Amino acid sequence: MASTAVWDEGKAREIIVRLAKLDGAMLPILHALQDEFGFVHAGATALIADALNVSRAEAHGVISFYHDFRPKPAGRRVVKLCRAEACQANGCEELVAELRRHRGLDADNQDDERLTIETVYCLGNCALGPSALVDGELVGRLDAERLADLCDGGPVQVAQTAAGDTR
Amino acid sequence: MNTVRVFVPRDAAALSVSADAVARAIRDEAARRGAEIEITRTGSRGMLWLEPLVEVETAQGRIAYGPVAFRDVASLFDAGFLMGGAHALSQGAVTDIDWMRRQTRVTFARVGAIDPLSLDDYRAHGGLKGLERALAASGADIVEDVRASGLRGRGGAGFPTGVKWKTVLDAQAAQKYVVCNADEGDSGTFADRMLMEGDPFLLIEGMAIAGLAVGATKGFVYIRSEYPHAFRTMRAAIDIARKAGVLGASVLGSGRAFDMEARLGAGAYICGEETSLLESLEGKRGVVRAKPPLPALEGLFGKPTIVNNVLSLAAVPSILADGPQAYADYGLGRSRGTLPFQLGGNVKRGGLVELAFGATLRDLIEDFGGGTRSGRPIRAVQVGGPLGAYLPASQFDTPLDYEAFAAIGAMLGHGGIAVFDDSVDMARQARFAFEFCAKESCGKCTPCRIGAVRGVETIDRIVAGVEREKNFGVLDDLNQLMTDGSLCAMGGLTPMPVMSALRHFPEDFRRAPQRAAAE
Ligand SMILES: Cc1cc2nc3c(=O)[nH]c(=O)nc-3n(C[C@H](O)[C@H](O)[C@H](O)COP(=O)(O)O)c2cc1C
Ligand code: SF4
Ligand code: FES
Repeated sequence: MASTAVWDEGKAREIIVRLAKLDGAMLPILHALQDEFGFVHAGATALIADALNVSRAEAHGVISFYHDFRPKPAGRRVVKLCRAEACQANGCEELVAELRRHRGLDADNQDDERLTIETVYCLGNCALGPSALVDGELVGRLDAERLADLCDGGPVQVAQTAAGDTR
Repeated sequence: MNTVRVFVPRDAAALSVSADAVARAIRDEAARRGAEIEITRTGSRGMLWLEPLVEVETAQGRIAYGPVAFRDVASLFDAGFLMGGAHALSQGAVTDIDWMRRQTRVTFARVGAIDPLSLDDYRAHGGLKGLERALAASGADIVEDVRASGLRGRGGAGFPTGVKWKTVLDAQAAQKYVVCNADEGDSGTFADRMLMEGDPFLLIEGMAIAGLAVGATKGFVYIRSEYPHAFRTMRAAIDIARKAGVLGASVLGSGRAFDMEARLGAGAYICGEETSLLESLEGKRGVVRAKPPLPALEGLFGKPTIVNNVLSLAAVPSILADGPQAYADYGLGRSRGTLPFQLGGNVKRGGLVELAFGATLRDLIEDFGGGTRSGRPIRAVQVGGPLGAYLPASQFDTPLDYEAFAAIGAMLGHGGIAVFDDSVDMARQARFAFEFCAKESCGKCTPCRIGAVRGVETIDRIVAGVEREKNFGVLDDLNQLMTDGSLCAMGGLTPMPVMSALRHFPEDFRRAPQRAAAE
């Protein structure tokens, strides 16, 4: 995930032109740009506005409305931690508190080149929470130790670890 | 020895507890032992506490083992699990497991059993019969079948699906659309996700039938971006269906067109609201539209549009295939058919429970759920997502149907049930309801946008012991204002979790104020 490609206007233009003919092309374009570059560069606004025949203000308004689209690259490890009700019932807030207390990591404010931690509300894994989407892979039954390891860049696939399971 | 078929789920929930690692370990161990096996990746049966649940095809049916960890695999081989051998993790024949036997699986009949991306599997298990019947019927007949089945929208509002379809059918327009709402934003819900990952052709079939019914040739399924697995599966299934002629210019060779695309949301809860979803599909900010006009008349790009939840559309093929009466025979009162409930939170046996309407909440959380995972007493359950009420034990005998829930100031919504043990702080839950609304409001109307922020502040004051009685009054007024003055149910229903917490758990709002505890 979180591609490290640098912003390339020519490439962005290519993506935009390729998708512009879709009905309602805006979100598909924004997703494709973010997939390619890891973020949506401010320079995309004008390109999209031109291609879709909307004002720059409108294009900017759309980009900023949605939580998904980042104005700058995310960390190499992206942890989207569920903090909705069913995961609250399984102690996700205690995990957040512990991250802060023991690791000095602050959900939603932790955003550097190494690590991004974001709050999300429900990942559809409510029977096996607390849950997180880590670099696009779903992880269930999180505990403090596993979460800390994931924040350190530890493997998402547990078979790669000695522990080998999360039962 | 013949090739043995082994089934390992690829559902995201199963993957979240390492189903891929287990599948790989089984493959490697088989190779090491020279056992001939064929691993099929399936959806999940929905017994999520048993995931990864591995099944083996034997003369006695499919024998299930779970929860299987990576390091259990060698011992499973030692125990002869490829012939259904006894092992501590054996659950017996999967269809004999009590938890499965006591369900009425209509929509989820195939989920977990079949390879989700095999159209042959889908057909072999009764798929496409509904679509074939629809192709032989008139639009009006299809709509009448859906009406007669009593199907009501499974997205939350419970609006009769047949009535909505009739409106779109009767609208005159050169272009109409079918939009599937797969935003599934309600916390505590995952049925849409499981269906899309476990039986995507069922949703495709349902959408194609909807298109034929009302004369729409184009469909979109709008999937939240928190569901990358479901999106990939859905997109792959659409490609397969198109190549096989299920979708396209001539559906099943009929000469009638229906095609569809999967689209990804972008992390906004409000985009589950149907008009906001349509704005988003059109490429705009997800701001709610005033109604009227109804989306059925002026929907996507201003054209008549069916907007239905995944489960509503997925119920349609069996209604067509088996007739509306068979579906209507399930349930009671004005709640007909089945609802796939989703049991989550602090529960021992969480997962997907499809039941006819009319069972009680207690059946679900005690019989199916087995109490809490933590082993402590259940104190509250939230039903129907973040806008749903918190219910205390005294209401657990409420029958699970739309009207019975409305009568106690609650709602079934999309069928999500989140269980909390006695460590829950209900003032904190009420505060969260406002906080969530403040974060996710589309901002169009003041009661919701400002009210939710005021709500957080007011609860903070109450909890801190600042002018409590006065602030309880403020809270009441605020709830009333949001209920009456919000344009959509985001602002309009946020008071439901708040007021239910206040009504049933007043003691949590009246504790001696604590310093320093605040994090
Ligand atoms: C704030 C809000 C969020 C909603 N989220 C969803 C959702 O995630 N999925 C859904 O199907 N319906 C959701 N709805 C309901 C839809 O507006 C709409 O009623 C539904 O998609 C209609 O389909 P149905 O009749 O099949 O239920 C939401 C409504 C509101 C007010
Ligand atoms: S109630 Fe909230 S979410 Fe709904 S239209 Fe008003 S501001 Fe938007
Ligand atoms: S509430 Fe956390 S995954 Fe659903």
